[in-house]
Amino acid sequence: MAKSESELTWKDLEIGCIVTEPGNARQYKTGAWRSQRPTYDFSKCIKCGICQLFCPEGCIEQNEDGNFEANMYYCKGCGICARECWPRVITMVEEEE
Amino acid sequence: MTTRVGVEVSIALADAVKLANADVIAAYPITPQTHIVEHLAELVANGELDAEYVPVESEHSAMSACVGAAAVGARTFTATAGQGLELMHEVLYVASSMRLPVVMAVANRALSSPLSVWGDHSDLMAVRDTGWIQIVVENGQQTVDNIICAFRIAEDKRVLLPVMVHLDGFYLTHVIEPIIFPEQEDVDRFLPPNQYPLPLNPDKPVTMGDFGPPVIYTEAKWAQEVNLIASKEVILGCWDEFGKAFGRHYSPVEKYHSDGARVILLTMGCFSETAMVAIDRLRAAGNDVGQIRLRLWRPFPFEEFRQAVREADVLIVLDRAISFGGPGGVVASEVKAALYNLDRKPKVVSFIGGLGGRDITEAGFEDIIKRGIEIARTGSKREYEIYGVRE
Repeated sequence: MAKSESELTWKDLEIGCIVTEPGNARQYKTGAWRSQRPTYDFSKCIKCGICQLFCPEGCIEQNEDGNFEANMYYCKGCGICARECWPRVITMVEEEE
Repeated sequence: MTTRVGVEVSIALADAVKLANADVIAAYPITPQTHIVEHLAELVANGELDAEYVPVESEHSAMSACVGAAAVGARTFTATAGQGLELMHEVLYVASSMRLPVVMAVANRALSSPLSVWGDHSDLMAVRDTGWIQIVVENGQQTVDNIICAFRIAEDKRVLLPVMVHLDGFYLTHVIEPIIFPEQEDVDRFLPPNQYPLPLNPDKPVTMGDFGPPVIYTEAKWAQEVNLIASKEVILGCWDEFGKAFGRHYSPVEKYHSDGARVILLTMGCFSETAMVAIDRLRAAGNDVGQIRLRLWRPFPFEEFRQAVREADVLIVLDRAISFGGPGGVVASEVKAALYNLDRKPKVVSFIGGLGGRDITEAGFEDIIKRGIEIARTGSKREYEIYGVRE
């Protein structure tokens, strides 16, 4: 998209709001929904990847060290990863701005 | 070449869909629309119409299937009535918002309860705000002609909106009328192939009906509104071309002795032709009365309507549906709104009648007009009167 969503006028929209650019949903910052964020104690991480399997957003990937970590652009802060992580690597904390 | 054939209007309507060479018909039978889709099923089964006929399990599915078919660029038709139209309701908005050129015939029927299979305009008024282009017809010939026009209007690249053609259930769907069917080659010339600009296609993927967050929804709705309003010019152009090609002419506001008349009766649908007989009688007796009919209900033809009533003192409106607890007649309410800001305007007198198949005879229309003139002079304690109700 040449323009961001907030710059689009009604004339910029395709007929019936058809999206002609497949995959542009990745621009949608679902991270803005978050009221809690995951924090990590990677010393406990056994790199099992169970958090990644359970993440409903599909936003958890391995970082350079092989630890699993959420991409905060997309993470909605649901806390499922923290609940499922049995070595207790992840702690949810309130977002403070 | 222009022979008239005596045929039931529902059958004629289905034959018009065949002349338009529809690709997909998804429909569920409901009285009084059933003969339309039955005959189409027959035409497809007999190999007379090369189309996909989808016998769905409900009207909600019918409209959903039509949305899908139109999205791949198929010329798509369905028909329904009354409760069936209500069951479609949410998908009607989807079809218009996604700008899919579905054509639908609605055999206008009263809504339950009490259960009524008979005609009025309750279903028509309930879909007023769905974003469809809505054309109202009064006889069999107008039905055939406007079904063909509906495809051309809907599929026009400047429009791309679904179109409803409203015809009165039973009073029109089940009567045999003399119809002139246009020749196939003339229809083919008048109605170019459907070329939907952005169809669903695996080679060029698109997303339709995506979600619209607050940052985009207002723009999407305004684009839809601008487009529906602008469609009027295309509709007028289509009717103009149709008139040149076939010799029958249509206008958004049809007039009968209304130019310069002091008293005008506004009607919609096939009762209008009965009302014309009353107009004739009253005029013969020296009364200065005329009639207008709204052919185009959406987009509402503000300009043509205001022009048509500009010299009148009294405008009597007959509605065939009730807006409960509200202004009474929907049509009366709309025309009042259309006139309110004008300096010179007729007094609007609102009647509701012809509900659930109740007939209004020629004498009945004479009564309505006379009573309307009286109310305009003396006033009434009520917002509207219900014609013929037993009190």
